Amino acid sequence: MAYSDKVIDHYSNPRNVGTLDKSKKNVGTGLVGAPECGDVMRLQIEVDETTNTITDAKFKTFGCGSAIASSSLATEWLKGKTVDEALAIDNMEIVEELALPPVKIHCSVLAEDAIKSAINDYRVKNGMPELEMAKSHH
Amino acid sequence: MLKLPIYLDNNATTPLDPRVLEAMMPYLTEVFGNAASRNHPFGWAAEEAVDYAREQIASLINCDPKEIIFTSGATESDNLGIKGVFEMYAQKGNHIITATTEHKAVLDTCKHIEKLGGRVTYLPVNAEGLISLEELEAAMTPETILVTIMYGNNETGTIQPIREIAAIAHKHGALFMTDGTQAVGKIPVDVIADGIDLMAFTAHKMYGPKGVGALYVRRKNPRVKVTAQMDGGGHERGMRSGTLNVPGIVGLGKACELARLEMAADTARLSAMRDRLEKELLTLEESYVNGSVERRLPHVANISFKYVEGEGLMMGVKDLAVSSGSACTSASLEPSYVLKALGLSDDLAHSSLRFGLSRFTTDEQIDYAINHVKEAVTKLREMSPLWEMFKEGIDLNSIEWAEH
Repeated sequence: MAYSDKVIDHYSNPRNVGTLDKSKKNVGTGLVGAPECGDVMRLQIEVDETTNTITDAKFKTFGCGSAIASSSLATEWLKGKTVDEALAIDNMEIVEELALPPVKIHCSVLAEDAIKSAINDYRVKNGMPELEMAKSHH
Repeated sequence: MLKLPIYLDNNATTPLDPRVLEAMMPYLTEVFGNAASRNHPFGWAAEEAVDYAREQIASLINCDPKEIIFTSGATESDNLGIKGVFEMYAQKGNHIITATTEHKAVLDTCKHIEKLGGRVTYLPVNAEGLISLEELEAAMTPETILVTIMYGNNETGTIQPIREIAAIAHKHGALFMTDGTQAVGKIPVDVIADGIDLMAFTAHKMYGPKGVGALYVRRKNPRVKVTAQMDGGGHERGMRSGTLNVPGIVGLGKACELARLEMAADTARLSAMRDRLEKELLTLEESYVNGSVERRLPHVANISFKYVEGEGLMMGVKDLAVSSGSACTSASLEPSYVLKALGLSDDLAHSSLRFGLSRFTTDEQIDYAINHVKEAVTKLREMSPLWEMFKEGIDLNSIEWAEH
């Protein structure tokens, strides 16, 4: 299968690979997917609580090139956004940006889930109610 | 200068040996006759070439030249052998025994037999990919007409105990067939010593051309017959009609001759390279050889790298042409059924690479492959949350993964 140049770029030079200290109150962690399905994404955000802005984002992904690219792109987009702006990221924007083929759309869905799951973790840690996950894959 | 990508998928197909091409060339041009044309020199020249090829093939596998039935390849030979025996021996019984790790050419043919009312037993394999002789013996019935077990496995290279299997089949009055596709030309195969009654093999896995193969069919002790699956002019002693592919057959013959003469030297060189590749890659933590290490084709290595995903790994080793146990380029996400039959979990099956070396593989290519795979696996693990959890001592089975 042919990958787009953008997928290859993110796969070869992934942005923001790493780990944030999940014990910190202003760090939200999302872990989605399952090993037997071939994709596991862990996405973390660090939030400036005064401005409600995401100051840092890191990921680690076990998965195909499209899954790695989707999560790498997500971390790029998250930095500098407010939490509310981050919540508005739609998986189809990732599909368009990376030119993902139909069989790889689930990778973008997983990335969106990872963002929402990280935000929820942050919210719960900070005494806010958990948000309904708008989309669930499969 | 090293040319990339490096071809290490020789279980899928091998390049044509230039000496084979040279032998074939006249039969693609001036010697164009139909080997069945009995009344002029054009036909005689073609027939002579075919007869010579039969002898070259026969000396490789120790049979009589008359016992070679030419086909379009191993898939057709598997079909002809299994369906042909099922029809020919219908009076005696309708039970066939095979194994779960066979090639699809055998498994799907057996499924077809089941639709026709036949009964098929699919023997499981152990963690090394070997069938159990006790289970085989227990599966034999008076209705068993055929036991068909492959010689060497295409994914792992595991070599089955062929002689012991043949002996059990014969003890119970059944025929023994083997799919010799990966073994013939690579390791010594002797149909008499091994007790083989039918054997499928093909040219393009041993440096010959694509589109030509053969079915060995024993002529005495016992005399085996198969019902033709292709009707027509009654070629190949009535078992396979169709004008013979003379240049292809000449190529198969030459490939067999070269294999016979060079097998020992090739095996020594290839197994040393394979062992070096494997030893180096196993220095990566959590990497495992799939299949039997002791009973294995000399040019094959199948290794799983835990905590990296197969498709991502394939993308990371883009300078190598190899196969993966993962079929997730399709939407199905189904890992290799052969590796699953060995008891591998889905994730370990997904993260496997199959290396198939050839006569043309060089030490320089192996050096490159070692570094390339090591770099890709290391990089992907640094990116893998599962690897991080493993390193922190977290049991991945203890995590409640999201429904997916």
